[in-house]
Amino acid sequence: MSVLEFCDVHRTHGTGEAAVHALRGVSLTVRPGELVAVMGPSGSGKSTLLNLAGGLDLPTSGEVLVEGVGLDSLSHRRLSEVRRRTVGYVFQDFNLLPSLTAAENVALPLELDGVSIRASRRAALAALGDVGLAGLAARFPDEMSGGQQQRVAIARALVGDRRLVLADEPTGALDSQTGEMVLRVLRDRVDAGAAGLMVTHEARHAGWADRVIFLRDGSIVDTSGPLASVTDLLEPTW
Amino acid sequence: MSIRNSLLALLERGPMHGYQLRAAFEASVGGTWPLNIGQVYTTLARLERDDLVTALPENDEGQRPYEITATGRAELTVWFATPIERADRPRDELAIKLALAMTTPGVDLTAVVQTQRMAGIRALQEYTRLKARGGTNPDDLPWLLVLESMIFQCEAEIRWLDHCETAVLRKRAVPVPRSDVPQEAGA
Repeated sequence: MSVLEFCDVHRTHGTGEAAVHALRGVSLTVRPGELVAVMGPSGSGKSTLLNLAGGLDLPTSGEVLVEGVGLDSLSHRRLSEVRRRTVGYVFQDFNLLPSLTAAENVALPLELDGVSIRASRRAALAALGDVGLAGLAARFPDEMSGGQQQRVAIARALVGDRRLVLADEPTGALDSQTGEMVLRVLRDRVDAGAAGLMVTHEARHAGWADRVIFLRDGSIVDTSGPLASVTDLLEPTW
Repeated sequence: MSIRNSLLALLERGPMHGYQLRAAFEASVGGTWPLNIGQVYTTLARLERDDLVTALPENDEGQRPYEITATGRAELTVWFATPIERADRPRDELAIKLALAMTTPGVDLTAVVQTQRMAGIRALQEYTRLKARGGTNPDDLPWLLVLESMIFQCEAEIRWLDHCETAVLRKRAVPVPRSDVPQEAGA
């Protein structure tokens, strides 16, 4: 089953002549083990797409399903639960709480969800181990490099049994090498069974995705799906 | 691309026969540029004709190793010491195609750009997959660098396509001045 599904989703802001059509009939699915990158010029609807996927916004028409459940059918309370338990976010500027250690940052979403401190901490340490940071659990964000902070953010996004990670320009604030290391970690976590949707404007980062969708004026104009044979790309040029 | 200089560089390591040369070349570039054995032998024949290599006696398996000569070594030194001039590379068909797309009636430049962009993204996905598969073995470094050169070129092409598209859209967006609208005075 797909973790995330968009069925003919429209999102319009305003009405009449002032209406802005942020998304016009977008359909897509993201399955476990799949990383989908979203590209497109500014104003093409990338952020709206991500907000709808995370239940931060609701469609004007059409349906957004997370693990088969339509988000707009949920009560406010149930929607918050989905946001806490199923979906994790990774932002460009990491968004870690500076007064909490790496482990405390990662444990926070579970604690807020009522999981015991002990169990939250155990899950946080496991999640940090998954991103290669087991040894830095007690560090504060300002004692870590940008790349390490972003790996903590990925651990936080996927702590416990959350399965959908939504990433908004996750490598934007990082240099090219560090950005690549972060994408390798994201790729690993997705390969381990999560589903990922990532907005990026950098083609080299989109290269880590299984599928790249290209948005323009609120519609998907292209999808680069499962790929052609590599040998087609590597013909000798002489 | 010069197979000729590549073979000279490989022979600088020591004498090799054709199949060894092909294997050594492919190990260096990680199979990113497959070389057929016919190309190897044709090139060796030319190198021998130009006194850049000499053929050694056949071994017991009937394979004939080649050895680099002093002239060959001098040519190799020049190759490494000389930058590859941009003007020596083939003309960029894509740039020409886009320039013509802009001026050919009935051609949608945005569509041409988008088709090319998606081809670039697909190539990047495939290169990235190869790279992700690569280990951390230092022996992999030469071909990883070759692979990354392709990634950088691909990325540069996509950035250039973005630039072309923006430039064209901006040009289209410039409003045509209308003579029937009175100019506001004293703005």
